[in-house]
Amino acid sequence: MMKKEILKLRDVKVYFPVKAGVFNRTVGHVMAVDGVDLDIYRGEVLGLAGESGCGKTTLGKAILRLVEPTNGEVTYVSKEDDETELTSLEKKDMDPFRKKLQIVFQDPHSSLNPSFTIFGSLQDPLKKFGVNSKEERRKIIGDLLEAVNMRREYMDRYPHEFSGGQRQRIGIVRALCLDPELIVCDEAVSALDVSIQAQVLQLLMQLKKDNNLTYLFITHDLSVTEYLCDRIAVMYLGRIVELCDSEDLYKNTLHPYSEALISAIPVADLDKKTKRIVLEGDVPSPVNPPKGCPFHPRCPKAKDICKTEVPTLKKYSTNGNEHYASCHLIDLPEIS
Amino acid sequence: MTDKNKIALSVKNLKTFFYTNNRCNKAVNGVSFDVEKGKTLCIVGESGCGKSVTAATIMQLLPTLSRIEEGEIIFRKDDKTINIEKLEKNGKEMRNIRGSDIAMIFQDPMTALNPVYTVGFQISENLKYHTNLNRKEIREKSISLLNDMGIPLPEKRVDEYPHSYSGGMRQRAMIAMAMACNPKILIADEPTTALDVTIQAQIFELMEKLKEENDTAIILITHDMGVVAELADNVAVMYMGNIVEAGTADDVLRRPTHPYTKALLESVPVLGRGKNQDINPIKGSTPDPYNRPVGCQFAPRCNWQTESCDVMPEITQINKTHQIRCHKYEQFFEKYDEKRNS
Repeated sequence: MMKKEILKLRDVKVYFPVKAGVFNRTVGHVMAVDGVDLDIYRGEVLGLAGESGCGKTTLGKAILRLVEPTNGEVTYVSKEDDETELTSLEKKDMDPFRKKLQIVFQDPHSSLNPSFTIFGSLQDPLKKFGVNSKEERRKIIGDLLEAVNMRREYMDRYPHEFSGGQRQRIGIVRALCLDPELIVCDEAVSALDVSIQAQVLQLLMQLKKDNNLTYLFITHDLSVTEYLCDRIAVMYLGRIVELCDSEDLYKNTLHPYSEALISAIPVADLDKKTKRIVLEGDVPSPVNPPKGCPFHPRCPKAKDICKTEVPTLKKYSTNGNEHYASCHLIDLPEIS
Repeated sequence: MTDKNKIALSVKNLKTFFYTNNRCNKAVNGVSFDVEKGKTLCIVGESGCGKSVTAATIMQLLPTLSRIEEGEIIFRKDDKTINIEKLEKNGKEMRNIRGSDIAMIFQDPMTALNPVYTVGFQISENLKYHTNLNRKEIREKSISLLNDMGIPLPEKRVDEYPHSYSGGMRQRAMIAMAMACNPKILIADEPTTALDVTIQAQIFELMEKLKEENDTAIILITHDMGVVAELADNVAVMYMGNIVEAGTADDVLRRPTHPYTKALLESVPVLGRGKNQDINPIKGSTPDPYNRPVGCQFAPRCNWQTESCDVMPEITQINKTHQIRCHKYEQFFEKYDEKRNS
């Protein structure tokens, strides 16, 4: 089967102005996302991994235009191959696409309005998209609650009556109720306890199978991405540094940052203890990123070229799969 | 069990209850463990299992609505033994121990540091009360502590406020504070949960160094089995206020015997095992602490529940180091024996 894109991102940049002084003049920009090219294919789970502050959440939000991209194009490709550029649309023309692109937020405690019942919160999107009879809205939400292993009656309760895992499932119901094609899961399981996390992960996989969904799964936890994702993109300081099949990221790591990131993850297996690669220092400020390769001040392998030239994302092949990485020091032949 | 002289702290049948709205939450309900010098004990469990309360009890940092109901906390200082639970909360003796002999690293470095004092001031406070150094020496010591923690330009950084430190640096400043008086015991309550993995790796290197150089006993509280595999010498798994399984890291991770430990290990995806690994969520969720199950606390979520589980199981010693609180452990433990023999 040919892989078909659902979203195409071209040179997406999101800059936030930094203001200072009496006159509130813009003195610089936080380059949260700094030139990302990415294709998301229909039916895949694409993981977006990276440390805090690397711009992964901002990228997820920029796709849905919850923050406006400063530059670049986000193109939605429908099932019939019609392309629409989302970034140039008027706000109100976005509406039909909002239905297809949904998001599950990180914190289940703050993403539900405490003064509405679950039904009250969840019926708004349905109303907006023309489900006018209350009976029908109740039916849709009730069915979905059952699909995520909750009871139908729960829709008349308030958020404070639910545990974290249950609230996250309500968040998933909210994303699902308009029958979307792509769901951005922004750290959807990070706030949950491990035993509950596994329940939600399995639920997400089941729902994907049942509803032909595509996920953009944003997380800092690489063990979760490996389990869940088909492809993984690793971000560092607003850029994608490595993009490949999830298995290749562990078996044929190309970028030194991904290598360090993987080695730093504690593995619950005494037989698999490896030497940690400890990176010096912290992630540099995205207001004033280092010249050359953004990773070079912390990179154990950095050479002179890394200090001056910014590496671009180049295509290689590992294990017969496409493997993109942006590093000057990769020995593999580049594929055009 | 182990050499008595090597034990730095032993906790015996500790019970800490919270009283709110005329209800009683048995947060820690009979916990016993020993911490050895130069070893790391990891306490693992989900949120609400009582692991942080155990730490707060040892430090006597409990809120007013709670009290130590029963049990002993015996701290061995040189040749003397001190019963911490008998000391007055804010009495002179307790204040002498807190911060100098037993120090603590808190979970969230963003809130644990006081934003209106410089980092240097907060480190030197500890030295001021617990040592006889003069002001100049204290300042020098603070700088050298920050230097040991790998903070660049410590002479300048010592006069900065917490807001100009990054998350990882704040946590290192916290460790510097805790290590200021060379404590015998360091309690780290989820020290890296709020940090990124690369920063977490830095903190772990630091803690291992401290353990080796100063023979400090570390109690590390975490919910991450990965962290346990990396750092622990001994492990205690807690569930709803009880230790359900304890032993060396080898015992607990290679031969997990309690159904809860097993389920915990099976419910997290492990890096490097690929897409086809099985993860099995634990069914249900942790019970309401005011409405606990009768008998074994894990029984309602356990796949091997039987009628005998209506009675709280006693702690059983499987071998020298490995102990467990489960009625049916034999049937799990035998499997490991079979494996070893075949």
